[in-house]
Amino acid sequence: MSLKSYVTPSFLIERNKERCIKCKVCVQQCANEVHRYDEEDDEIISEEHQCVNCQRCVTLCPTGALTIRKNPNELRQNSNWTAEAVRAIYIQAETGGILLTGMGNDRPYPVYWDNILLNASQVTNPSIDPLREPMELKTHLGRKPDSLSIKEGKLQKKLPPQLELELPIMFSAMSFGSISLNAIKSLAEAAKQEGTYFNTGEGGLHRDLYQYGENTIVQVASGRFGVHADYLQAGAAIEIKIGQGAKPGIGGHLPGEKVEREVSETRMIPEGTDAISPAPHHDIYSIEDLRQLIYSLKEATNYEKPVSVKIAAVHNVAAIASGIARAGADIIAIDGYRGGTGAAPLRIRDNVGIPIEFALAAVDTRLRQEAIRNQVSLVVGGSIRNSADIVKAIALGADAVYIASSALLALGCHMCQKCYTGKCNWGIATQDPQLAKRLNPELGAQRARNLLRAWKHEIQEMLGGMGINAIESLRGNRLMLRGIGLTEKELQILGIKNAGE
Amino acid sequence: MLREGQIRIPSGCAISGIMNKKGRVFGGGDIINSIAVMHDRSNGLGGGFAAYGIYPEFKEEYAFHFFFDHTTIKNEIEALLKKNFIIASGEAIPIRKSKSIKDAPLIWRYFVRPKHRVLVKQEVDEEEFVVRFVMRVNSEIDGAYIFSSGKNMGAFKGVGYPEDIGEFYRLEEYSGYLWTAHGRFPTNTPGWWGGAHPFTLLDCSVVHNGEISSYDANRRQLEMYGYKCVLQTDTEVVAYIFDYLMRRQGLPLDVIVKAMASPFWHEIDRMNKKEKEILRAIRVVYGGFLVNGPFSILIGTNQGMIALNDRIKLRPSIAATKGDYLYVASEEAAIRQVCSKPEHMWMPRGGEPVIGLLEASQPTRVPVRTEQEKIAINS
Ligand code: SF4
Ligand code: SF4
Repeated sequence: MSLKSYVTPSFLIERNKERCIKCKVCVQQCANEVHRYDEEDDEIISEEHQCVNCQRCVTLCPTGALTIRKNPNELRQNSNWTAEAVRAIYIQAETGGILLTGMGNDRPYPVYWDNILLNASQVTNPSIDPLREPMELKTHLGRKPDSLSIKEGKLQKKLPPQLELELPIMFSAMSFGSISLNAIKSLAEAAKQEGTYFNTGEGGLHRDLYQYGENTIVQVASGRFGVHADYLQAGAAIEIKIGQGAKPGIGGHLPGEKVEREVSETRMIPEGTDAISPAPHHDIYSIEDLRQLIYSLKEATNYEKPVSVKIAAVHNVAAIASGIARAGADIIAIDGYRGGTGAAPLRIRDNVGIPIEFALAAVDTRLRQEAIRNQVSLVVGGSIRNSADIVKAIALGADAVYIASSALLALGCHMCQKCYTGKCNWGIATQDPQLAKRLNPELGAQRARNLLRAWKHEIQEMLGGMGINAIESLRGNRLMLRGIGLTEKELQILGIKNAGE
Repeated sequence: MLREGQIRIPSGCAISGIMNKKGRVFGGGDIINSIAVMHDRSNGLGGGFAAYGIYPEFKEEYAFHFFFDHTTIKNEIEALLKKNFIIASGEAIPIRKSKSIKDAPLIWRYFVRPKHRVLVKQEVDEEEFVVRFVMRVNSEIDGAYIFSSGKNMGAFKGVGYPEDIGEFYRLEEYSGYLWTAHGRFPTNTPGWWGGAHPFTLLDCSVVHNGEISSYDANRRQLEMYGYKCVLQTDTEVVAYIFDYLMRRQGLPLDVIVKAMASPFWHEIDRMNKKEKEILRAIRVVYGGFLVNGPFSILIGTNQGMIALNDRIKLRPSIAATKGDYLYVASEEAAIRQVCSKPEHMWMPRGGEPVIGLLEASQPTRVPVRTEQEKIAINS
């Protein structure tokens, strides 16, 4: 006996009959099979239960006949038992499973970036026009020695390996498996053209991507998928993934359905098997163990590549980061609690971790107190939504940022949060060849490049306004920031003054 | 109202510097005349001078110049000095009372050397000990402020127009081989003598025109290495950067100026391989010491004078030479006032330093601990 579902549709689909020409584009486009053509009645019928509001049909409908709205149907008002809370219980009562979700935390927690304002020059200090004067965003990531020894016009000791970025933005880890090869190709090409890096995530490096090696950060995660000598050699840097902002403390799970031939080859696992990344690295149970892995990877690559360690922003992040720096990492990547994901348990995504703004401020302050800030570069991610967020992050103390959700939005993602279903109608979070080909990697690269360039110009404008012409003069320059609507304690943690002070 | 140190006060200014490369000394009259020409670049809220070679009779002692708010604190400081230093001499700095200078604090100078056993106990060299002492007094002791602490040099500063400050301190009675001067135009009226330029640490003095937009990036970098930026002024930050790169890191002058006002990346890309490697390394490693925003600074040391502009020259500076003399000032008039027919005169480009080193051999820094002492400490 099957259970009747008590879950009502989340969205309503309105079809303007006068506009609809019955071209069936919506029927073809919706992988969730919401729209169906009834030949007998010569009518298109929409079965709303499966709709995730990804806006694919709306965007592609040639006559603009479709509108998707939140289902106006309401449960009896209850401030405690909200419709969402009730709905979650119905779903779990029907499935007996963990609630899954995709993308980043969407709860209405404060976004601290929006409570920080930037400075600009007036009179006492001229602003600089980036159209007329050089405005330098070049950024180097990697360990910086305490001092240089220069004798007779010669550098006595070479610098440790550095990643050189033309702008302080990199594409964050997204594995082949969680997103399509076309999506990765788009980002890889954009990174190459704009002089920055993309990150393989824990999915290995597909053979078509080796040509982008110079612009690649190869990740080593707890499942060790796709990790072999050539893979480590192929990248410009290696990143050990300890955690991810969307699901700190837990591993990953790529369902067998997504492990088709190419994914299976790249990850070096049998086709159709689940790819399970354990929650911890089973060879890292302590900071000393991490040190060993860092140095094994450095040994394996002849100390020619910086090694990054990525962690989720959790309560004790400052002390953890200090330990990672001392363990020999060259870069620390911190992912805030709003960071995206291909799939995560809903309750973890929405309740574990801390905001990246606080984590960054705390880590930068701590590393400076311990006088080891120059030993590591700090890269932060976890919902960087625009260029102003980046400027604020750098002024708080970051060297560069990682973007992933923004990058996918540039490729066409519509934030439906259903990445874990494998049915991404935009050809991004899917391995279905029919869906994946909807994303043309050349056009994808163009869109991703445009985003980087647009943000680069905006960052230059903001820097010039502050009277600064090199990004290093913004790094950790917290006097350029003022808080608005923040408590004393929040200001103190961020290390900034209030507006008007 | 908050005074300098409790709040950051932007200001505009005039600067001037004169040196004799052979180390021949001359009176303070010229520098006063030179800075006085640029009267309109300051607003009477701060003026000051640094003079080198003025204390030959005490050239092995650190010359501490103090502002005291009252005698009680002066007595306390004297006790503290006695504990840590051998005091060769101590006196009120001679001044000339004038109508234009009001509310002067007590101004004293002491010629001192750190006591040997104090150094041994703290396991630091003489200079580091002096630096720490100065920082401690200035950040922790209310009512006392050390505004000069180098050997055979001194800073003289206060609230007023620079020419009046010069007269107040009777500078025409001193003879030095290198003089720098500053007239200040703060956008605020803190009226605190310690806030005037030059800012000094050991024998390094800085006068500065401009506002540094990289201030907090520089400050936080310096604080990592133990400096306390108590004044919250750009000048203080410049002096500490210089001290850190020169004294603590032992970098050559040309490298220091490249760190503080580095060439642009597109310029570095055009250099030959060797230069490129060095410049890249300087920018990568010392990026936190890049001074950004409009500035024109004059740094004086026992070894000479360095003038430096920001990378895109947002503040004026002009340099000239005549015979053994080198002149640098904010305006040409300030040079012509004291040197009517210079042999060369030029506008240094943005980021291009003017470096005037003393040709005469100068007492270099003597490490305080002898080998035997080191052994004694280690055992
Ligand atoms: S899931 Fe997307 S394509 Fe399908 S009906 Fe809803 S909005 Fe349209
Ligand atoms: S990537 Fe695709 S599935 Fe995921 S949120 Fe974006 S549109 Fe939806």
